[in-house]
Amino acid sequence: MNATLAVEHAPVTREQWLPRIEALHAAGARLLTLWASDERDHGEGDLLRAAFLQPGGVVIVELALPDGAAPYPRIDELFPAAARLQRALRDLSGVQAEGGDRRPWIRHGAWSDGDAPLRRDFRGGTPDPTPYGFVRVRGDGVHEIAVGPVHAGTIEPGHFRFSVVGEKVLRLEQRLGYVHKGIERRFTELAPAAARRLAARVSGDSAVAFAWAFCLAEEHIRGVSVPPRATFLRALLLERERIANHLGDLGALGNDAGFGVGLAQFMRLKEDLLRVNAQVFGARYPMDAVVTGGVAIELTPAGAALLQQQFSVLAGETERLRAIYDDHAGMQDRFLGCGKVPGELARRLGVTGLVARASGIARDLRVDLPLPPYDALAVRCASAAGGDVAARVAVRFDELAESLRLGGELLRRLPPGEVCAPAQAPAPGGFGVGLVEGWRGPVFVALETATDGSIRRCHPHDPSWHNWPALEHAIIGDIVPDFPLINKSFNLSYSGVDL
Amino acid sequence: MLDILKQIARVGIVAGRRQAEAAPGDAAADPELRAVGRAPCMRHVDAGSCNGCELEIHALGNVYYNIEASGMKFVASPRHADLLLVSGPVSRHMREALLRTHDATPAPKRVVAVGDCAIDGGIFDAGYASCGGVADVIAVDATASGCPPAPEAIIAAIERALES
Ligand code: SF4
Repeated sequence: MNATLAVEHAPVTREQWLPRIEALHAAGARLLTLWASDERDHGEGDLLRAAFLQPGGVVIVELALPDGAAPYPRIDELFPAAARLQRALRDLSGVQAEGGDRRPWIRHGAWSDGDAPLRRDFRGGTPDPTPYGFVRVRGDGVHEIAVGPVHAGTIEPGHFRFSVVGEKVLRLEQRLGYVHKGIERRFTELAPAAARRLAARVSGDSAVAFAWAFCLAEEHIRGVSVPPRATFLRALLLERERIANHLGDLGALGNDAGFGVGLAQFMRLKEDLLRVNAQVFGARYPMDAVVTGGVAIELTPAGAALLQQQFSVLAGETERLRAIYDDHAGMQDRFLGCGKVPGELARRLGVTGLVARASGIARDLRVDLPLPPYDALAVRCASAAGGDVAARVAVRFDELAESLRLGGELLRRLPPGEVCAPAQAPAPGGFGVGLVEGWRGPVFVALETATDGSIRRCHPHDPSWHNWPALEHAIIGDIVPDFPLINKSFNLSYSGVDL
Repeated sequence: MLDILKQIARVGIVAGRRQAEAAPGDAAADPELRAVGRAPCMRHVDAGSCNGCELEIHALGNVYYNIEASGMKFVASPRHADLLLVSGPVSRHMREALLRTHDATPAPKRVVAVGDCAIDGGIFDAGYASCGGVADVIAVDATASGCPPAPEAIIAAIERALES
């Protein structure tokens, strides 16, 4: 896929599955994702895969599950983030883990237990009206507050159940899956170019990251090498996506802490960024700029000058606003100590990306496994120890400054040449993965094509999977009115996990 | 405090500057004028979007588009709303919530389908988990095309819905 990402396939027997994953856990590997493919058309059952990130690259542990095989050994006791993935696997692929939470996760009522939408022979399910079994907290003075799926503001739909005493939160239970629209099955119905557009819309705020990851997987299968200029332009787009999201979040976080001026100022800067995107790349959100083989945009010297100028203006503006945020006693009072995820808890839960960096886990793929052009850029990884809203604000400010610096650097060192490799014959049958540090954290795509070039299976994975459970912990002991602020400081994707 | 005031003074007033000049004859040709006296209370429903459309709905509130200055505002309950902005294909899991939100909105009400997905299901299409576009579930008065649609297109669609 690219010169730097090593992918090891580790086929195991049922007996080897757990020991192999225990060894990875002991060695400090991080779970990337868990998924299955229906291989019945090849005379087999399901192929279960668990992908892990380790210092040298990615390792994919593969377990063949013949038709009628016993449930596979669960891995959520080692990697808690797998708990929801295991439930989703059963809902979508009909593959069952041994033990663990038996409640559905993605499946609400549109199909029934036993219908498996990702099986090739699935022809629509039967609706299932069984209500979801929320966990009840009992005790003196405990009551429940249920919110969503439709919320008061402009945010994605999900359901949150708070068990509270007075205003204090004892427990939060999340129920997601509302925006499940069948993305994984849809991939198999689309030609590769349309599938790339779909990848960019797994989570619209991370369009560049997902499109890039999808293209890395496809380029690996096709043996395409991407021209250097294209990798620089991809990174430029990815850093601008990070900047846009951080600007929006910093404004919203100020607003949620009662500082409306912050929202007005940051939203102005974000709008400026989008307008320059429209001018230079032809779209406010260049969702389809990353294409197989390179990019579908070109950068003129005038465009480059405009971007360069904007990076330096934004650097000055955000530095000034950071000083205002840091000195604002009222805001700091809301940020500090609120929504805490201590480092030890973050490590145990397997928290990832930005949220992990704010809990002292300084991991960033642009530093740890830098794909071109990041290998030439010496990215500085942001991190903060606090694990609270203040730390997540600080990490955003640091990353914003770093992305603005990287943007300037990418422009200064932009190599000449082609922006896209010449068109290739359709992909031969194959398997590839892509891994990109999006603004929330590692974005992963696994792609499998058939010999005629069509897509057999595509599994996109958003880092939000690993951080949603941490949000349930972060609110414990805080008060209900702090939830919007804490939730915003995580800013997780619903679409990216509901799929 | 002084720094905050300095920052506000330094930036000045940027409201009302829109990026694209609308084409002549377009409903958005003079959005401010059209919006005079039309002050809808709006409720947004994400019925299954990828969250891209939400980014542009958020932008409506920034100082450039500043829809509140033309009297449009977002409200926290459908019971207070005159108009629903619906984004995304309608997922089967959101269908009921959308219907309930629509029922809870007092008549007369208007519905704007925001984005290509809301118009016809877009790239997600209809399938085992998606009902397709918003009009497959509730009546739609105006649409804003684009993926995501630019803020100008959303404002124009709101205005068309109010005229319908
Ligand atoms: S129209 Fe585009 S941006 Fe909007 S929800 Fe659909 S895919 Fe996302």
